[in-house]
Amino acid sequence: MDFFHVLVVLLESTIRVSVPLVFAALAGLFTERAGVFDIGLEGKMLGAAFAAGAVAAVTQSVWIGLIAAILISVLLSLVHGYASITQRGNQIVSGVAINFIVAGSTVILGEAWFRQGGRTPALAEGARFQIINFPGADAIREVPILGPIYADLLSGHFLLTYLAFAMVPVSWWILYRTRFGLRLRAVGENPGAVDTAGISVIWLRYRAVICCGILCGFAGAYLSLAMTAGFVKGMTAGKGYIALAALIFAKWRPKNVMLACLLFGFLDALAIRLQGTPLPLVGQVPVQLMQALPYILTVILLAGFIGKAIPPKAGGVPYVKER
Amino acid sequence: MSTPYAKLPGWVEYGLVPLINLAVAFIVAGLVVLLVGENPFEAAYHLINGAFGRGEYIGFTLYYATTFIFTGLSVAVAFHCGLFNIGGEGQAYVGGIGVALACLWLDQTMPWYVVFPIAIIGSAFFGALWAFLPGWLQAKRGSHIVITTIMFNFIASSLMVYLLTRVLKPLGSMAPQTRTFAEGGQLPKLDWLLSIFGLNIGTAPFNISFLLALAAAFAVWVLIWRTKLGYEMRTMGHSPSAARYAGIRESRITVIAMMISGGLAGMMALNPIMGEQFRMQLDFVQGAGFVGIAVALMGRSHPGGIIPAAILFGVLYQGGAEIAFEMPSISRDMIVIIQGLVILFAGALENMFRPAITRVFAMRGQRAAAVVQTKGA
Repeated sequence: MDFFHVLVVLLESTIRVSVPLVFAALAGLFTERAGVFDIGLEGKMLGAAFAAGAVAAVTQSVWIGLIAAILISVLLSLVHGYASITQRGNQIVSGVAINFIVAGSTVILGEAWFRQGGRTPALAEGARFQIINFPGADAIREVPILGPIYADLLSGHFLLTYLAFAMVPVSWWILYRTRFGLRLRAVGENPGAVDTAGISVIWLRYRAVICCGILCGFAGAYLSLAMTAGFVKGMTAGKGYIALAALIFAKWRPKNVMLACLLFGFLDALAIRLQGTPLPLVGQVPVQLMQALPYILTVILLAGFIGKAIPPKAGGVPYVKER
Repeated sequence: MSTPYAKLPGWVEYGLVPLINLAVAFIVAGLVVLLVGENPFEAAYHLINGAFGRGEYIGFTLYYATTFIFTGLSVAVAFHCGLFNIGGEGQAYVGGIGVALACLWLDQTMPWYVVFPIAIIGSAFFGALWAFLPGWLQAKRGSHIVITTIMFNFIASSLMVYLLTRVLKPLGSMAPQTRTFAEGGQLPKLDWLLSIFGLNIGTAPFNISFLLALAAAFAVWVLIWRTKLGYEMRTMGHSPSAARYAGIRESRITVIAMMISGGLAGMMALNPIMGEQFRMQLDFVQGAGFVGIAVALMGRSHPGGIIPAAILFGVLYQGGAEIAFEMPSISRDMIVIIQGLVILFAGALENMFRPAITRVFAMRGQRAAAVVQTKGA
C-alpha cells in the first residue's frame, strides 16, 4: 500500500465520520448565533437517529424515516425552546435534561418495541440510503492520482453526505445574506436592539431553534439510515459534544465549522488507522490521546492560546422585555 | 416578566414548588411506562418495594444515596458561586486515582482506618486538581466553565482508559482494573447502624463513607452560610458586579470554589471503590456526576435539601433495579429518563408553575386580609 492510497482511504473515512458533525455543528450554529446555547445537540441527534431507525424499519421507507427523524428532533428543539425562550429557564440545564431524557427513552422504547437489546431491526435496502456512484467512477479508478480522487473521494457517498457539505454554503448564505439571517445574528448579539426595531425576539429565536432541530434530524438520520443500517443504543457516542467543540473551534462561522469538523473527523480516522502502529520520532501514541485530542484542542482554544473564541454576546441569556 | 416573582412562604418555596415539579416529572415518566405498555402504578409499587421492602434494599438505597450526596454537594457549591460545574463526572473519575493509589500503597500493611483518611485526601486532591484547570481557565482566560468541564469529562474518560489498561492494571490480567485490595483497602459496613432499627443489611455495600457524606454536607453548610469565603462565594453567585465593587477577588474565589466542588466530586469515588468493588474499574462513576446536577437542583443547593434529594435518587436507582427485574420490558434506563425529567422540571422549567402558585397564595392572602378587616369593623 503506497502512501497515496493510504491518504485517500484516510480522507474517505474522514468525510464519512465528519458528516454528522457538520450537520450537528451547523445546527448549533443557528441556535447559538440566535443567543440560545445548546448542549442538547447530542440528545437531539440520538433521538433523531432512533426515530429514523424505528420508523424506517416499520415502514420500510427511508424517506418516512428521515421525516420522522426531523419531526422528533424539531419537537425536542421546541422543548428546549420553550424552556429557554418562553420560560426563561437555564439553557444549559435544559440541554442536559434533553440529553438524559433521550438517552433513556431510546433504550426503553427500542427494547419495548423491537426487543433486540435496544437496537432497531436491521434495515433492508429500500429502507436505508444507498451509496451514489458518479458516472464513470469505476472506469476512471485506475487512472493515477485523479482516478482515486474522483472515484473514492468525490463519488461513492450518500445523498446526505453531499447535502451536509452543501448545507455549509447554504447556511452561510442564510445567515449572512438574508434578512432572516441578519436578524438572527443580531438577536444573538443584542436582542434589545432587535426588539426596539419591532421584531419579535421570541419568534426569531424559536425559528432558529427549529432550524437547529431540522439539521440535527439530518445528522441523526445519517447515523442510523446511512452510516449503519439501523439504530444502536447510544450510537451518537459523544458526537454531539464534538460538534459543539467544533462549533467553538470554528468561532461560530460556517466555513470554519466545516473545516473544524473535517479536522476532528480526520483525527478520528487517524486514531483508528494508527491503532497499534508506532509513529516515527514519537513512538507509539496511545489511542486514548488521539481520541481526547479534539477536546484538548478545544480547551486550549477556549483558553485563548490559539486565537480567541468569542461567543455571541447574548448567548445563554434569556431575553426579558423592558417595561 | 421583569418583576421578580412575589415572595412565597418558606414551606411553599422549598417544599411545595419542588414537590410539584417532582410530581410532574413522575407523571411524565408514568406516561413513558404507559407507552411501553406497562402499568405505571405497578412500576411505582415495585419502585417503592425495591427501595424499602427489606433491610438489604434499604442498605442499597443508602449506598447509592451516599454517592449522590457527594456529587450533589459538589454541584451545589459551584452553583452558589454562580458556576455550573458539569464536570463532576470527570472529577469523580479522576478522584478515583487518589483512592486507588492510597489503597494499592497501604492496603496490605495498614488497617482501614489508616488508609481511609489518606484515601479521602487523595480523592479530594485529584478531584480538585481536575476541577482546578477549568476553574483557572474560567478565572484567568475567560473560557466558559460549562464547555471546559464537558471537555474535561471526555479527557478524563480517555485518561482513565489509558491508566487502567496500561498503567494500573496488574501484569498478566486482561480486565481493565486494578488488583483487588486487601483488607486495609476495604471500608467496614454500617450494618450496626441499620440493625438499631432491626434491619438486616445483608449483602448491601452500605458503608462508613455514608457518615463521611453526612459530615461533608454539614461542612458545606458551615462553609456556605457561616464563613467569609462562603459569603464571598454567594455574593459572586448573586451579583458578580456587586462582588467586584466589594473588592472580592473574583478569580481567586472562582478557582477555590471549583476546587472545593471538584474535591467533593472526587470523594464520591471512595464509596464505590473502597466500599463496594474493592478495586478501581473502568466506568465506576456510572453517571453519578450528572445525577449530582439533578440532586442539587432538587435540593435547592442546600445540604438540608440535598440529602433527601440524594436519597430520592438512591430510591430511584435501587427501586429501578427492582422494576427492571420484575417488569422485563422496563430496563434500568427508566431511571435516566426520570433523572432527565427531574432536571427539566426542577431545573429548566422551575418557574413554569410558579405564577399559578403565586396567584393562589395572593388570593388567599387577600381573603385573609378581608377577614381581618370585617372582624375589625
